[in-house]
Amino acid sequence: MTKEVTIPLYNDLVNGFDHTNKYGEADTMQQARRNSFEKFKHFGFPTRRDEDWKYTTVTPFLQEQYHINGIAKEASASAGLLQQATIPNLDCYQLVLVNGHLQEGPELPSFIKVHSIKEGYRQASLGKYFAKNNAATTQHFAALNTALFSNGLFIEIDAKAILDKPLHIVHTYTSIANLFIQPRHLIVVHTGASLSIIESIVSDNPSSKIFINSLTEVVVEENAFFDHYVLQTAQKGTRLVNQTDVSQKRHSVYSNYTFCMPKADLIRNNLNIALDDDQTETHLYGLYLGEDQQLIDNHSLIHHKHPHCDSNEIYKGVLLDKATGVFNGKVFVEPEAQKTNAFQQNNNLLLSKKATINTKPQLEIFADDVKCSHGATVGQLSKEAMFYLRSRGVGEEAARALLVNAFAFDVTEKIKITELEHFINDLITHHIPGNKFEASEVV
Amino acid sequence: MLTIKNLNARVEDKQILKGINLKVNAGEVHAIMGPNGSGKSSLASVLAGRENYEVLEGEVDLDGKDLLDMSPEDRAREGVFMAFQYPIEIPGVSNINFLRTAMNEIRAYRKLSALDAKQFLKLSKERQKLVEFDAKLVNRSLNEGFSGGEKKRNEIFQLAMLEPKLSILDETDSGLDIDALRIVSNGVNKLRSKDNAFILITHYQRLLEYIVPDFVHVLYDGRIVKSGTKELALELEEKGYDWLKESLTEQPA
Repeated sequence: MTKEVTIPLYNDLVNGFDHTNKYGEADTMQQARRNSFEKFKHFGFPTRRDEDWKYTTVTPFLQEQYHINGIAKEASASAGLLQQATIPNLDCYQLVLVNGHLQEGPELPSFIKVHSIKEGYRQASLGKYFAKNNAATTQHFAALNTALFSNGLFIEIDAKAILDKPLHIVHTYTSIANLFIQPRHLIVVHTGASLSIIESIVSDNPSSKIFINSLTEVVVEENAFFDHYVLQTAQKGTRLVNQTDVSQKRHSVYSNYTFCMPKADLIRNNLNIALDDDQTETHLYGLYLGEDQQLIDNHSLIHHKHPHCDSNEIYKGVLLDKATGVFNGKVFVEPEAQKTNAFQQNNNLLLSKKATINTKPQLEIFADDVKCSHGATVGQLSKEAMFYLRSRGVGEEAARALLVNAFAFDVTEKIKITELEHFINDLITHHIPGNKFEASEVV
Repeated sequence: MLTIKNLNARVEDKQILKGINLKVNAGEVHAIMGPNGSGKSSLASVLAGRENYEVLEGEVDLDGKDLLDMSPEDRAREGVFMAFQYPIEIPGVSNINFLRTAMNEIRAYRKLSALDAKQFLKLSKERQKLVEFDAKLVNRSLNEGFSGGEKKRNEIFQLAMLEPKLSILDETDSGLDIDALRIVSNGVNKLRSKDNAFILITHYQRLLEYIVPDFVHVLYDGRIVKSGTKELALELEEKGYDWLKESLTEQPA
């Protein structure tokens, strides 16, 4: 295979698979690993010939000599790294993971169970939900993750339980050498339960490269609510491929909020929503802010399989410098999914002449009684609005920050946690280049 | 306060201002009238620093400083305020946060300390009352979904907050019903002082019944062709602009 020739990592992975610690795992899981590895060997890493990877070439990010999983355990998270993830004034439960390994966490109410996924084999429910989603085993990186995953979380919230505060999961990634790591998580929200999770992805030490191939499976059972916030603020040198496979049951509501913030070299999100029952509600909100030479790619798929399901998707992008953004929003409506409402919108602001956006709404509709709409825009800041703000004494940079915050408002206003909303707005203000507003206010 | 000398400006290839001369002293209110397309709003835009206008010739001096050399924000910080003819809607920018940002940037420029939240709120309440501006509108997104009258009143509220030296009201009266016109005018009258000055740009004499100007200038084809006192406005109202156009075309002959 040509892939073996172009990517040295490929051979390491074969070795890595042989050395992955599968001790104590259930037979079914070991079987899943073997099957997935065969699939990965068949697919290899994606190339631009794969339609879903047309605008995102991963090969340049795979050239380094990486350690596969092995050294991940030896690291510990610095205070600075945890500080990066801190959301001021937020009242929450907090879990910290270092390279996918759960550190000691807080006391949680008994109705929410958090295990490391490696220990999860003791839980009967793990087998019921693990790798049951089709997407998890058929895509390049996902197959690799299933084959090689080292550790991660298995979170379950009991039926009808309501967690009073958000659960903040801090994924820290740190390494003294190049690391290729496969975290794997499973979140099950049982019937009638209600859960709000904020995931922060942070990293440090840009001198060693960290390639994170993360896969999270989410199951939202009947009549359950799940607000899922994902905040990606990893540093330079970090390459993140993050897949989330969600399965929704009847009357469930799943809301995903994805914030891709500057610095990571590469962010590729694959967000797959399977509407496995009727009368579900899905909200996907995304904001990506790219600077420097970043590549941020958000792929989403909403699969309408049953009648009376509503899905709503708004993604907004702001691109600076030479950053590249990719948005691909696929909505697939099966013949029996009548009375589907599917709405999708992607708006982009290019703040530099060298920034790029590739946006592609992709609606495939096979039912005849549905309401589906989509829209994509690319633009610059309104000159008229800039002039208005400046004519009131607001400096050019501060005016730009105000307008970018305003552009993001359609997404940020949807955040139900005020402290998080403030945090995101501050991140935006902070990253608009040369913005000295905070400094000049204090005279 | 403001001295405009032989101001020539163009938009794209079209010359709009063809040698404007005007002197405005502190404590004065000047009205600039004229038919459509005479260059009234262009004059306001050039003074405020709108990008697409190119100054070809002339000077504008504000208390000894070269206004034309400044960025729009520095003009504002030096005390120039333009009330827009068509205030723009900016969804997502909170009216009050924007105003606080503006105010503190202006204060920083003048080496004054920033107002804290409490001081700002107090001032804001006081000025809202002064210009009869609805508190509900203050907390909304900037002009979003405001009626025409509400937008214009927001301009006057901003003016009241920022306390400029020189205010240029660009057709603030257009599209206002009589109540809104009264409220806007009352606001301006309350803000008039011996230290500030106003330039009212208007098509109609109606506004000048409420805000009585010290001087009235008629702008036609990019020049001030006639100046006088408030009686000139009445004469224009009575005879219309055609009278003026005719007398102008006769003169050179």
